[in-house]
Amino acid sequence: MQLTNRSKVVSNKQMTLAEKMYLPAILGGMWITIRHFFRKGATVRYPEVKREVSTVYRGKHVLKRDEQGRENCTACGLCAVACPAEAITMDAAERKKGEEHLYREEKYAAKYEINMLRCIFCGLCEEACPKQAIYLTPEFPAANYDRSNFIFGKDKLVEPIDKRIDVSLRKKVHTS
Amino acid sequence: MPKVTIDGRTIEVPEGTTILQAARMIGPEVAPPAMCYYTKLKTSGGYCRTCIVKVAQGSEKDPRPMPKPVPSCRTMVMDGMVVENETSPEIVEARKGVVEFLLANHPLDCPVCDQAGECHLQDLSYEHGAAKSRYEFDRRTFDKINIGPYVQLHMTRCILCYRCVKTAEQITDGRVHGVINRGDHAEISTYVEQAIDNDFSGNVIDVCPVGALTDKTFRFKSRVWFTKPMDAHRDCPTCSGKVVLWYQGEEVLRVTGRKDQWGEVEEFICNECRFEKKKTSDWTIEGPRAIDRHSVISQGQYSGNLEIPAHTKKKLIK
Repeated sequence: MQLTNRSKVVSNKQMTLAEKMYLPAILGGMWITIRHFFRKGATVRYPEVKREVSTVYRGKHVLKRDEQGRENCTACGLCAVACPAEAITMDAAERKKGEEHLYREEKYAAKYEINMLRCIFCGLCEEACPKQAIYLTPEFPAANYDRSNFIFGKDKLVEPIDKRIDVSLRKKVHTS
Repeated sequence: MPKVTIDGRTIEVPEGTTILQAARMIGPEVAPPAMCYYTKLKTSGGYCRTCIVKVAQGSEKDPRPMPKPVPSCRTMVMDGMVVENETSPEIVEARKGVVEFLLANHPLDCPVCDQAGECHLQDLSYEHGAAKSRYEFDRRTFDKINIGPYVQLHMTRCILCYRCVKTAEQITDGRVHGVINRGDHAEISTYVEQAIDNDFSGNVIDVCPVGALTDKTFRFKSRVWFTKPMDAHRDCPTCSGKVVLWYQGEEVLRVTGRKDQWGEVEEFICNECRFEKKKTSDWTIEGPRAIDRHSVISQGQYSGNLEIPAHTKKKLIK
């Protein structure tokens, strides 16, 4: 019984002499393969070459500092609760006297870890953050041989004070 | 027995019942929110004005409406009274104004506050408040006061509900803290900055509807929604010993009293249970505490409150 119109009847016809020699078919295949040697490759040689990404690409996270260089994050846990992959964990601590130049509010994140293997780069942490502390940057988390190295701590996430990361484009995504 | 109609639902209540209590007897659908009223504390209520309702008909004998919204926690029911709560747009609007006033001086430091997630002011502003603040002046600030090793006072967050003062007055013997100054300058304080040392002083943490009085031993340890509540009890010589343990992993981070549907503790617990007993071996665990699934605390918890609809149940049993 015919179910659809797409079914094809298989022909059982005998091959001709030229077809039986196979050589023309092999050469035809070779021609296609060799032609590709001289075409532009589909891949890039990462990490020496990086593919261009959108300016609002969601890559590796950054923990922002404010204008005075104090960390914005107060370890409120909203990013962790918003995270669908449960990639974020943190420990809070109380700011001591004399640390006012390091942390903006009386509570700060003593430990802040993102498991980059779990993270799906959805940007919900950024959306949940009430302190504008976490943003996604167009950078990729670097490749590594060891899975444990993909758990990024504050050393890899907090933006360096002398090398600020511009997130104004990501900020625009949320305001528009 | 007087009959009262609240939001179209009639109930017969004993003489001397307040509108708020009558509404709570009907159910949470009609019960007005309350920030300062506390069933277990005498003379509480009447400060915050969040429980205001409209009395459309005073009583059977005198059917005139009351001229202004009345605080339901302090108004007794009369026979034939008709009350409008959520059904009155006027009340919804007025309550929005009350919430705005309560939030006018509130610092909104929820990301830092340990009460976040179980804060009545958060719930109130979420359910009854406006989404945006119109207040653009500096909020009031206070000098920090240390009120002992167990309780942390954040005066900026206080809404002056007087619950803690009444707890200290009625539950503990010999009150050492109260409200000083007046009006906008009013402030919770211990006299001469005395430490609160009383067996039941820790209960001010549980009665506080906001994060003004929080547990110092839990301070910044975790957020409430990352901890798992378990009902537990122990033989305590001073109190009932019925508590909720808040676990993170194997560790008990916090001990609180058991709160009922209205956010009020069922039984006050002593300081020893609350602050000293933080080992599982101190307690007999009864099981996970049922948390309303709309609460943020229930996130990531898959036990309890699972209701199987009747028709599905039949299929499952087959």
